[in-house]
Amino acid sequence: MKKYTIEELEKIAYDIRLDIIKMLEEAGSGHSAGPLGLADIFAALYFDVLKHNPKKTDWDQRDLLLVSNGHVNPVLYAAMAHAGYFDRKELMTLRKYKSRLQGHPERLKLPGLETTSGPLGSGLSQACGMALAMQMNKDFHRWVYVVMGDGEQDEGNVWEAAMLAAKYKLHNIIAITDRNNIQIDGTTEYVMPLGDLRAKWEAFGWHVIEIDGNNVEAFIDACAMGRAIVEKPVMIIAHTVPGKGVDFMEYDYHWHGIPVGLEDVAGAPPKNEQAKVALAELRTLRGKIRSEHE
Amino acid sequence: MSNLYLPDVTKKDITKEPTRKGFGRGLLAAGKLDEQVVAVCADLTGSTQISLFAEAFPERFIEIGVAEQNLVTTGSGLAAMGKIPFVSSYAAFSPGRNWEQIRTTICLNDRPVKIIGSHAGLLTGADGATHQMLEDLALMRALPNMVVLAPGDSLEAEKMTLAMAKDKRPNYMRLGREATPIITTDKTPFEIGKAYVHAEGRDVTIIATGVMTYHALMAAEKLFKEGVDAEVVHVPTIKPLDSVTILRSVEKTKAVITVEEHQINGGLGSAIAELLGEYMPTPMKRLGIKDMFGQSGTPDELFEHYGITAKHITFATMELMHQLKKR
Repeated sequence: MKKYTIEELEKIAYDIRLDIIKMLEEAGSGHSAGPLGLADIFAALYFDVLKHNPKKTDWDQRDLLLVSNGHVNPVLYAAMAHAGYFDRKELMTLRKYKSRLQGHPERLKLPGLETTSGPLGSGLSQACGMALAMQMNKDFHRWVYVVMGDGEQDEGNVWEAAMLAAKYKLHNIIAITDRNNIQIDGTTEYVMPLGDLRAKWEAFGWHVIEIDGNNVEAFIDACAMGRAIVEKPVMIIAHTVPGKGVDFMEYDYHWHGIPVGLEDVAGAPPKNEQAKVALAELRTLRGKIRSEHE
Repeated sequence: MSNLYLPDVTKKDITKEPTRKGFGRGLLAAGKLDEQVVAVCADLTGSTQISLFAEAFPERFIEIGVAEQNLVTTGSGLAAMGKIPFVSSYAAFSPGRNWEQIRTTICLNDRPVKIIGSHAGLLTGADGATHQMLEDLALMRALPNMVVLAPGDSLEAEKMTLAMAKDKRPNYMRLGREATPIITTDKTPFEIGKAYVHAEGRDVTIIATGVMTYHALMAAEKLFKEGVDAEVVHVPTIKPLDSVTILRSVEKTKAVITVEEHQINGGLGSAIAELLGEYMPTPMKRLGIKDMFGQSGTPDELFEHYGITAKHITFATMELMHQLKKR
């Protein structure tokens, strides 16, 4: 597999962001903030971290990636297209009739997806099942990566899985929490305070690594560190900026569940202008995103 | 019928055993036949009879704690890796509590998880309404890709478990707590998707599922003395329904009674009414729990209270015969 430089990965993340905006504008519905915030992590996953083969999706030595917060799928599909799972042109079919890019990821529709998700809270326990099977099979050279939302952690199922993973020392699980502090009805601390998430996961028996989730290099390092932990499952709490790269979306929870160009949101350009402004901003903000990490 | 090797169920000292015991034996046997078989349990290892498997194959047994959402989703993950997971709890909790997880991660995902709902129905007795699951068949029957099973006795549960281990689809099997009469033999065939005619007759078809088939057979005996020749069809697979066997019988008798230890809405009675309504409209009565919850009591007391004993089946059948002027 080609080794990409951090600069190349940042460029891929930027290209993924461009595609996310175009896809959402075309689809006319879907989630904006989370996918934009996760672009750096997905670029790093598909172009550095994951052991995978887009041309052989059933390769039995591949790492598994579960996207438990299935609503962020624009970033997943865009990253997969860039990685070569399918043609980028297909991205414009997102959420449309007969598209393989269903409104929420459906495993049976699109090769390369490891599960079907959308209803929150169930990705981590599926990862537990996969990791347990790998342990039973003495298959020690693969990892299960799970991307989760922070709002998703309101779900009890998450904490059931957290206990199971710690009980069986499932160190072949590396979970990633997209800690962007927003969910549909407002900030996470307003809707249902998550409090000290690090302390919670540590209390549940996990090894926790906390990083800037918009820093590609920090994320790659955290995954490498995570793979070296052998006694505990690993949680990477990735602090991301929701809507990252588009000034009028950043930090604003209103963009959690709506696409660019659908609604008039206070402080944002008129809806018919939003996509154009967002794309233009991404172009100028690229330097800003990079310089923040330097 | 002659090739079903059925015992005489009318004898007074009929052998009884809970269906969950048959499951326990079947799972152990399935585990011996296929090393991909794994068992996951939610703090009910003994009462769901997974203990036999857990003792024989500790490395293939996972104790998940009191966490039914995690139970089925972990099962989904195991199945994704080629394992054949039997995930078990009480039916009131699984599939009672975790229906959405079953829908999304097992059915929509098409992963062959084997869901075992023990302590279903009124047979749960003294535990009361909270634990007497009377809606599980309806919940599971509504899901695309799901196979829905209810064994008639412990021997059939054993064969069913072995068949489930080989089946590539998501399966749900309901089991009962109390010992119930053994109405088949080791030689009686079982196949997923087949209904079996346990007693032949001309006047009425009594269609029963799970342990109610015994009561239907006892009713058929009583009816025979009243001059009514009842056919009894045992339906251990509620979905997919063996419409050929059912329609063949109903075409002959032109009268139907359904019997289940479950709500009459959404379970066997509904499935039969839907089939007949579409292909062969036929006068029928549905016996089961009529849009109510259960309560504490012995299974006998509860069967009497909710009107699903052989006596009630006999009465309902006579009433139907009268309405149809068959008598």
